[in-house]
Amino acid sequence: MPPALLSPHSPAGVDARRDAAYAVARTVRDPELPVLTLEDLGVLRDVTIDADGGVSVAITPTYSGCPAMATMRDDLERALREEGFDRVTVRVVLSPPWSTDWITPAGRAALAAYGISPPGPAPRRAAGPVPLTLGPVHRVARCPTCGSTRTSLTSEFGATPCKALYRCERCLEPFEHVKEI
Amino acid sequence: MTTHESPTPAVATESTGVAHHPSHPAPNPSDAHGSVYDALLGGDPSHWAFGTDFEDPLAGVDTTIPQGVGGEDLGVYCLMLADDALIASHRLSEWSSNAPDLEDDIALSNIALDLLGQARLLLARAAAAHPALVPALPAGSPVPPEDALAFFRDDRAFRNVRLVETPNGDFAQTVVKLLLFSTARLALLERLRGSRDHVLAAVAAKGVKEVAYHRDYAARWFVTLAGGTEESRRRLVAGLDRMWPLRAELTTAHAVERRLAEAGVGVDPSTTEAEVDVVLDQVLAVAGLDRPERSPMTAVDGRLGRDGMHTEALSRILGEMQVVARAHPTGRW
Ligand SMILES: [Zn+2]
Repeated sequence: MPPALLSPHSPAGVDARRDAAYAVARTVRDPELPVLTLEDLGVLRDVTIDADGGVSVAITPTYSGCPAMATMRDDLERALREEGFDRVTVRVVLSPPWSTDWITPAGRAALAAYGISPPGPAPRRAAGPVPLTLGPVHRVARCPTCGSTRTSLTSEFGATPCKALYRCERCLEPFEHVKEI
Repeated sequence: MTTHESPTPAVATESTGVAHHPSHPAPNPSDAHGSVYDALLGGDPSHWAFGTDFEDPLAGVDTTIPQGVGGEDLGVYCLMLADDALIASHRLSEWSSNAPDLEDDIALSNIALDLLGQARLLLARAAAAHPALVPALPAGSPVPPEDALAFFRDDRAFRNVRLVETPNGDFAQTVVKLLLFSTARLALLERLRGSRDHVLAAVAAKGVKEVAYHRDYAARWFVTLAGGTEESRRRLVAGLDRMWPLRAELTTAHAVERRLAEAGVGVDPSTTEAEVDVVLDQVLAVAGLDRPERSPMTAVDGRLGRDGMHTEALSRILGEMQVVARAHPTGRW
């Protein structure tokens, strides 16, 4: 049976509809870093088909104060509406909290190509209190301009909460690094 | 991702002058030739959504109240954690464009934004847990509950510790204040991740990652100022001396906190005291400083910030933070 004739309520129809909705949602870009899709960024958590046939999309904020959630929601709703999904609900999921480990390999490559150093692995903490870090931050940040790893941290806080500021010691260019959380 | 560098209260405050003295004429919708504002006035609401979102920040999140706690207790508990973050955020945002250098201006603004985000979620949680906490607004007001809680409560309804409302002083004093606050908040949020309330557990899990960066920032600056010049050390010691009496309140439990802790929903802050002390002693040791010999700031008639007893500094903060919202309770932004 060709997919177009599947009932949207049959299990196979729901799966096909879900896949079609996901294929649209995954193309929506981050409003503040359009080089990444919401999928690349790990912000798109889930796409499901409700009992009434509507599409339900779950997104999670990168940081608690993320002001772009409403724009992401509007962009998702619009993209899905344009593809014929007229009932769209965007939900916020807070748990588990977003981690830079969720940025996809494609997303990391896009960041580097855009001139932003992608994050290393997020810290894996043993049980017990979060240790205080008074000394220098140990991470490898590669200069997106010349590729050198001889780079130094300028500030742990950059133009957005998710980025630290670096400077390359070799070519002297400043750059941003997505900091691990 | 997030680039909004000025948290909402600061934006609201800073825009007061602008709002009354627009630098551009208002667009005339009947102008047949159209104008540059047409795109903004069109039917696409997403133009307005950027940073001015009035939607429920807990949309789709399970806000069922866990068994064994009262809605009012849970609401008041959320106000305590929210108000600490909100007032600390507002104070930090006062450094926007005033910090010693650009990097620290950006860092303090980022920290303020993280705390504002935590406050917003917690205020929304408070409103969902006990709607009677939310101040009544005129019929038709579009102000969402978390904004009503932030902008329409009087000082005595605020439940923050007094430390966060104290004036910033110089950069050294702000560093001391941030170190004391973030050390206590991190220890508290780490435990709150195990809350039986799904929202509190989720806000805490997210907050731990953020506040760990805040504490590292403050602790590094503390050590840097201690080992810098004679002047930087003198200022740090003076800030430490002024802030130290306000430290005890961070780890003093209110009856509501104790009840919520017993129910497995909240954290009794006195249980974090030993851990907080270890961290502070570690920073003081590296900085080569001793604990100041200052006794805790006294309660007023047995009441602390958690009871709604504040210094006059809070009234001044609220006067600035709330004036625009209160002048336009039915305004749309
Ligand atoms: Zn380089």
